[in-house]
Amino acid sequence: MKEIARSDVEYVAALAQLKLDDAAADRLVGELGEILAYMDLLNELDTEGVEPMMHALEVTNVYRDDVTAPSLPREAALQNAPRTDGAYFLVPRILDQE
Amino acid sequence: MTGAADPMQGDGNTVSTEFEAVIGMEVHVELNTRSKVFCGCSTNFHAPPNTNVCPVCLGMPGVLPVLNRRAVERSVAAGIALGCTISRWSKMDRKNYFYPDLAKNYQISQYDLPLSHDGVLEVDVVSPGSQTPSASKRIRIRRAHLEEDTARNTHALPGGCSGVDFNRSGVPLLEIVTEPDIQNADEAYSYLISLRQLLLYLGISDCNMEEGSLRAEANISLRRPGATELGVKTEVKNVASFTGAYRAIEYEIARQRQVLLDGGTVVQETRGWDADRGVTVAQRTKESAHDYRYFPEPDLVPIVVDAAWETEIRSGLPELPKARRERFATALGLSSYDATVLTATRAIADYFEAVVAAGAPAKPAANWIMGDLQAVLSERDLEPSDAALPAAHLAAMITLIETGKISGKIAKDLLPELVDTKRPPEALVEEKGLAQISDAGALRELVRKAVADNPGPAQDVRNGKTKAVGFLVGQVMKASKGKANPKVINELLQEELTSE
Repeated sequence: MKEIARSDVEYVAALAQLKLDDAAADRLVGELGEILAYMDLLNELDTEGVEPMMHALEVTNVYRDDVTAPSLPREAALQNAPRTDGAYFLVPRILDQE
Repeated sequence: MTGAADPMQGDGNTVSTEFEAVIGMEVHVELNTRSKVFCGCSTNFHAPPNTNVCPVCLGMPGVLPVLNRRAVERSVAAGIALGCTISRWSKMDRKNYFYPDLAKNYQISQYDLPLSHDGVLEVDVVSPGSQTPSASKRIRIRRAHLEEDTARNTHALPGGCSGVDFNRSGVPLLEIVTEPDIQNADEAYSYLISLRQLLLYLGISDCNMEEGSLRAEANISLRRPGATELGVKTEVKNVASFTGAYRAIEYEIARQRQVLLDGGTVVQETRGWDADRGVTVAQRTKESAHDYRYFPEPDLVPIVVDAAWETEIRSGLPELPKARRERFATALGLSSYDATVLTATRAIADYFEAVVAAGAPAKPAANWIMGDLQAVLSERDLEPSDAALPAAHLAAMITLIETGKISGKIAKDLLPELVDTKRPPEALVEEKGLAQISDAGALRELVRKAVADNPGPAQDVRNGKTKAVGFLVGQVMKASKGKANPKVINELLQEELTSE
């Protein structure tokens, strides 16, 4: 069984762009450790010959036809944008090239 | 760039054999469906920013994506054409990362169960400077999977901002990944050409690099010949053309070789091609970009492509470039070169077949389309098509030549007018009195005059110098304004010059 280290918690938090204070990080080390320990309990079951479940739903092949539907008016699409010039969502300058 | 040495300056003697390049390509193509992959917004590229958007493709909370059937069918069509195994069972997954082009903070993609996998594309290896194939190469396809395109960022806005346009967000995107079978820039370039040709034949993507509907990346590493371990790779992005891809790969191979020869190590990184400077430059990478924490997309149900559906899609495929090329060579007797040129696009192949179906023999039809017609049309910025010159008209013109009604020379002169007026060639020939003169009586006068006016060459012919016959034929042709039948002139000349 893999122990959850504090660095694992910090890594996952960083990936999720969450800021954790020390108390929260300590608490999560314990909580995530318990969840993983529970997974280990499941691992004790014999699953030989059991099909892996790939999806929670039994339904398959739900599609829409390739037809267009009206889009939002641009004013509506942009109305909650923190910044806009009336055409684009404006964000802090992106330095990366695409 | 580090170090003073110019990586393009190998010493040419020993360097070239010391490393071999291992290259895999990743190509993203936008599928040309009418609506986006998960919502009904239009995929029109030319719409003003943020006008083809709705709560689904803007990534609003609580919305439900519904998969576009045609996007699945076009992806499967590509998989079949690439010789892939089609997955009976596949699913969509979430790929999690933060970036301004991704409002949901995840991209709906496919992770461990792509729609198709394990195919192969047979590629004629050419280079940007020469389109004559030097070899044939099998490049294995690892997988082709369906995902959604992201929004487009615009950097050229005033005020130090970037702008985000969600029109592109949710356009269906097919990612096609090769095995690392490519060994040099020529093969990579040729792969891109063959892949685009195939996808254009299938009609599933516009494959327009300028508009970003085809985007290519190369993973490149070097290793010692015979080594089984792969070297450290770099990922080269930002190529805007196939020639650009060729140059970027050439450069990157030379750069890595120099790093290794200098005793350094290649750093695993993403490098952007700077076409103006002709170099690749390390890009700042997304933080922890490679830990995407994929998990099954709970809002979309699995995709089951059973044998019946696969067969239905397969039966809807057009004849593919390779099969058509082979048929043109075997059934129609074209040379390998002609067959390749006339199958370069589906449009030119269709046009050629229409001309043949309208009664023209294959070889002259091929010659006219690739030669004079191509020249006349490119002056007018047109492609060979029924709209440019009805196939029946070209076939009729070729028939007029084949039956001796007009000379090839007259046909050549007539061609621009046929294109410009769209009038049937028979009518134009009639109206302009261009019919070939094959009547010996009508031509004998011209032949006698040519002999009389050119005693030197005439004597040469009598003396057995058959080369001079051509000159005299030319004189008669000229006098007849191109209308004389050269075969009849020849016969008359022989008569005149031997009967004396």
